Amino acid sequence: MTNSHRMSTGGVRIDRNKTVMFRFDGKTYQGFHGDTLASALLANGVKLMGRSFKYHRPRGCLTAGSEEPNAIVELRTGARREPNTRATIAELYDGLEAHSQNRYPSLKFDIQSVNQLLSPFLTAGFYYKTFMWPASFWEPVYEKIIRKSAGLGRAAVESDPDSYEHSHTHCDVLVVGAGPAGLAAALSAGRTGARVLLVEEQAEPGGMVSPLLDVIDDLPAADWVEQSLANLEAMENVTVRLRTTLFGYYDHNVLAALERVSDHLSEPEDDQPRQRMWTIRAKQVVLACGSHERMMAFDNNDKPGVMLAGAVRLFVERYGVAPGKRVVICTNNDDAYKTAASLKQAGVEVTAIVDARGELSPAAARAREQGLRVDSGFVPCKAIGHQQVSSVSIQRRDGSGREVLACDCLAISGGYSPDVHLVSQTGVAPIWRDDILGFVPDMPIRQERSSGACMGTFDLAGCLTEGHAAGRDAAKKAGVKVGRATKAPSAPTEELAAPVAVWRCPGNGKAFVDFQNDVTAKDIQLAHQEGFVSVEHVKRYTTLGMATDQGKTSNVTGIALLAEARGEPIPDVGTTRFRPPYSPVAIGAFAGHERGKEFQPVRRTAMHECGEKLGAVFVEAGQWLRPQYYPKSGEGVMESIYREARQVRETAGICDVSTLGKIEIFGPDSGEFLNRLYINGWKMLAPGKARYGLMLREDGYVMDDGTTSRLADDHYFMTTTTANAARVLAHMDHAAQVLWPDLDVHFCSATEQWCGVAVAGPNARKILAAAFGSALDMSDENLPFMGVRSFDWNGARARIFRISFSGELAFEVNVPWTYGEAMWDAIWEAGRDHGLIPYGTEALSVLRIEKGHVAGNELDGRTTAADMGLGKMMSSKKPFIGQKLAGREGMIDDQRATLVGVKLKSGAQRLRGGAHLVADQNNANAETSLGWVTSVCDSPAVGCWIGLAYVRGGLAEHMGNTLFAENPIYAESPEVEICSPHFFDPKGERING
Amino acid sequence: MHRIDCPWCGTRDEAEFQYQGDATATRPAPDAAEADFFDYVYSRDNPKGWHIEWWHHVGGCRQWVKVVRNTMTHEIHATGGPQSKLSVPKPSGSRLR
Repeated sequence: MTNSHRMSTGGVRIDRNKTVMFRFDGKTYQGFHGDTLASALLANGVKLMGRSFKYHRPRGCLTAGSEEPNAIVELRTGARREPNTRATIAELYDGLEAHSQNRYPSLKFDIQSVNQLLSPFLTAGFYYKTFMWPASFWEPVYEKIIRKSAGLGRAAVESDPDSYEHSHTHCDVLVVGAGPAGLAAALSAGRTGARVLLVEEQAEPGGMVSPLLDVIDDLPAADWVEQSLANLEAMENVTVRLRTTLFGYYDHNVLAALERVSDHLSEPEDDQPRQRMWTIRAKQVVLACGSHERMMAFDNNDKPGVMLAGAVRLFVERYGVAPGKRVVICTNNDDAYKTAASLKQAGVEVTAIVDARGELSPAAARAREQGLRVDSGFVPCKAIGHQQVSSVSIQRRDGSGREVLACDCLAISGGYSPDVHLVSQTGVAPIWRDDILGFVPDMPIRQERSSGACMGTFDLAGCLTEGHAAGRDAAKKAGVKVGRATKAPSAPTEELAAPVAVWRCPGNGKAFVDFQNDVTAKDIQLAHQEGFVSVEHVKRYTTLGMATDQGKTSNVTGIALLAEARGEPIPDVGTTRFRPPYSPVAIGAFAGHERGKEFQPVRRTAMHECGEKLGAVFVEAGQWLRPQYYPKSGEGVMESIYREARQVRETAGICDVSTLGKIEIFGPDSGEFLNRLYINGWKMLAPGKARYGLMLREDGYVMDDGTTSRLADDHYFMTTTTANAARVLAHMDHAAQVLWPDLDVHFCSATEQWCGVAVAGPNARKILAAAFGSALDMSDENLPFMGVRSFDWNGARARIFRISFSGELAFEVNVPWTYGEAMWDAIWEAGRDHGLIPYGTEALSVLRIEKGHVAGNELDGRTTAADMGLGKMMSSKKPFIGQKLAGREGMIDDQRATLVGVKLKSGAQRLRGGAHLVADQNNANAETSLGWVTSVCDSPAVGCWIGLAYVRGGLAEHMGNTLFAENPIYAESPEVEICSPHFFDPKGERING
Repeated sequence: MHRIDCPWCGTRDEAEFQYQGDATATRPAPDAAEADFFDYVYSRDNPKGWHIEWWHHVGGCRQWVKVVRNTMTHEIHATGGPQSKLSVPKPSGSRLR
C-alpha cells in the first residue's frame, strides 16, 4: 500500500478525500475515488498488468482509454465476474476485485512464456501452417490445444444477477464525444433550440484537452469544460450522457450506444440496471470522437513501462499519477511536447525528448529553451529491462550515434490516427492525408459530419471552431431555424509542425504492431513474402487488428508496413472496414430484459386455468402453452396418454383447441377467393356446412390444412393449424392485396376472439345437450356430420361445428374468448354423469394416428397433396395457387414417397418416429432407404404399435410387405408391416355415435 | 436498422416489417405455361444497387408495401402500395462507389 507514484498534487478526476481499497491478484491496494484500475495500479507502482495473447509476454497498460490492448483483466467475482475488461476504463470502487488473465501459475512467473522461445514457429499464419495435418487431429487434438492456450479470461458460471435495459430515443442532433470539438458542437447546436444528445464514453467530459496547460475562452481548460457541461445541462433541449459509448452506426441514421449505468459501483443501486442499451434515431450526427495515438515499432516496445505519450499525460493530469520517475519521451510530432510540459510542471524528471524529426520544430525549440534535452533526428531502437523497462537505446535514423538512456517510463508518440471507426461503419472510405500521416473520412454517405481530431484537426483552436460550425450545420440540416451566427469558443493558436513517418525503427527483434494479438512488424513482412498482398488478406493471415480493440492503436502502422513491403504508397494499400461494435459489448446488454421467461411472450388460452385445475402438464406449441396430458396421481406419462385416448373412444373427452388459427372471411367474392387458395372447391358449399380444405404454396407443395365453414352466403370461417396461423394469414394478405385486388373480400384473424373446445366420444352429444339445454337443438337432423350452427348461449354468440379429428362422434364449440372458462365449466359439469375426461395434445395425436389423419409431422413442407393420399381433392375445374407447379414431372412421379400405415410386428419392443424404412436390415443406408416413419403410438384401439410413414411407391407397391424400421441412433431395426393408414374404423361409422 | 415509410402508417422501424422479396415478379395468368410459373417462383435477379421489394407491414397495418431500396447502401428511394408504379432512380442518383 504505497502509492509510491502518486504525486502530492494534481489529478482533476480524483478526490483525495475519498480513499478506495481494492484488490488485484489477491493483493490489497489503495486508490482514490475517480481513479481507474490502471491509474490506481500505476499509482502503487504496479506496471505489470497482464500477459500477452500468444507469447505470454509481460505487459503493462499502453493507453489510458478504451483502445487499450494490453491491460485486459477479469473484474469482480462470483456471478458478476467479467472477463476481458480494460483496466484503463474500469472505474475504481471500494472492494473492487480484479485478476490478471492468461497466465499460469502467476502473473510474474508465467510458464507459457516459453512460447517466446518457440517464437520462430509462432509467426504469421502459424495456425494454418501447424494445425493442418493430419485432418483427424483437428477436433480431438488441435482444437483442445488451441483453446487451452488462447488466453482469454473466465466467464462467470452463475447467471448474471443484474438487469440490463433497452431504451429508445430520438434527437435532431447527436454529438458523439465530449472533447473540445464535441462540447463546442453540442453548445452551438443546443443554442439553436435543436434537440441535442451528447454522448461521451468517459465518466467526465474534456477528451484530450490539457486541463491546466490549455486555455479556452481565457479560462483554464478544466474550468471551461466544467462550465460548458453546466451550460449544456441547463438547456432543456440538451441531454448529456456520460459513460456512454456509441458503438454502432447503422442504416438510416439509427445508432446504438451502451450506457454503463452501474459499472462504476460495486453493484447497481435499487431498481437500476447494470447497463442500458440505447437505440438512437438521429436526424443529424456530429462525430467528434477524437483520435488514437500510435506506437512506433521498435524492439521490445511492449515492455511494461513503455506507454503512449498522450496516455502518460492523461495519467498525470487526470489522476495525479506519474507512470515513472524518470521519463524518456520519443516522438515524431509536436503533441508529445505537451506531455513533456505536463510532466515538468508536475515535477517529474524528463530525461530526454527523442524527436525523429531532423529539424527543430517551434515546440521542440521552446522545450530546449526551457532546459529540456531534445535529441533531434533520433529514434528508439530497443527497450531494455527484465519485467519492465529500465533503459532505452536510441540512435540516429541512419544508425549512428547509439546511446542508452536510463528510464523507468518510456513515453512514445508515433503520431495520431483520426478515429474513423464509426464513420467507416456507414460505408465511408477513409482517405490518406500525408501531412498528418493519418486516414480521414471521405464525403459522408449518411447525415453526419466529422469534426476535430477525428477529421484530422489536431490544434485546439481548430477543434473548437470546427465543432462549433458542425453543431450549427447539423441543427440547420435537421430543420431547425438556427438564427444569427454565434461566436465559437476560442483558444490561442498553436503552430503544429508536421510529423515525420516512423514506422519500423532500426532493429531485428520483436517489434510489436498489434499488441493484443501479438502481431510483430516481422509478421507483416513475412505475410507479404508469402504472397499476401491485399490488406484484407494480411489482416486475416496475421490477425492484425482482429482482437477486441479492432486495432485502434495498430491498424495504421500495420498498413504502413505493408505499403513499405509492397513498395507502394499507403493510399494504394487502403484500409480494412471497421464494423460494430466499436468496443466490446456484453451479451447481457444485447439481451436486455428478453431473457428467461421474458425471452418471448407466453400465450395462454382462456381455459388455461381449467386445465391447470385438472392437473394438466403443459407443452409449448410455438408461444402457446397447451395441455399435453392430464396424469392422475401415480400415473406415468404414457399411461396417462393411452388412458385418455382409450376413454375418448369409450365415453367422451374434452380438449382445448383454442390455439387453432381462426380467420373470419367476408365479402361477395369470399367463395372465389377460397377457391383460389384451396385445392378443392368452396363456392358450392352450402351455408351451415363445413369442409376440409388443403392449400398449397405456389411451388406446389402443401402449405396447410384445416376445416373451413360457410356461415352465410358472403361469410366463411377458416381454421388453420396452430403452427401455420400467422403464415397463412400473411399468404392471404398477399393474395388479396397483391395478386387479386379486384376481389371484393375482407378478412381478419379471430384466433384470440374465439376460444374453442372439442368434445369427442360416444357420449359427446348427450353431454353437450345437457350443457346447452334449450339453447341448441343437438339432434342429428339439426346438426348432421359437417354441420355448423350458430346459437345464443347465456347472451353470447356461440358456434358449434360437427367435425371429427378422432373419428368419434365429435363437436367443436366456439364462444367469445372471455366466455371460455364458463363454457368449459358448463360442459365439464354436464359430463360428470357421462364419463367425460379431459385429454391433451398427446392423446389427440394418438387418436388421429389411429385414423390416419395427417398433422404437423406429415406436413413437413416437402409433401404434395398426392403424397398425403389427397391427390383426388385437387380440382381440375378451377385454378388455384400451386396448381401449375404441382403438375411438374417430379411432383407426380409414382415413385414419390407417399403416406402409408406401419404396424410393428410381434416380437419387437417399440416403434420410433424418424426411423428409415429399408428392405434389407443388413444394407441400410441413405441410398437403400425407401422412406421414413413420421408419427407413432402404442395404439390402445389397434392393440399394438402403429405409425404413419412415407414410402416410395406407397401402398400400390408395398401393401402387406414387411420392411425394417432402421434407427441407427438407438441401434434398433424392428420389422414392420405396411398397411393402410386408416387403422381404426376404416369405414368411418363411429362419427355417427 | 432500416426505417421504412409505410404509406398507411408513416415511418416505422424495420422490426415491424417482414421482408417478402422481389416485387418485380408478376404472377402469370392461370393458363400460362409451367415454365412461366417456374420463373415466377424460382428465377430471381440478385441486383447490386436499386431494387423493388416487398415489405409486409406485419406488425402494423398488415399491408404489403412496395419499397425501392438500394441493396448496397440500404437507401430507400420511395415506398408505395401494392398497385403503385414505382421505378428505380436513374444511375446518377446513386451514391454507389
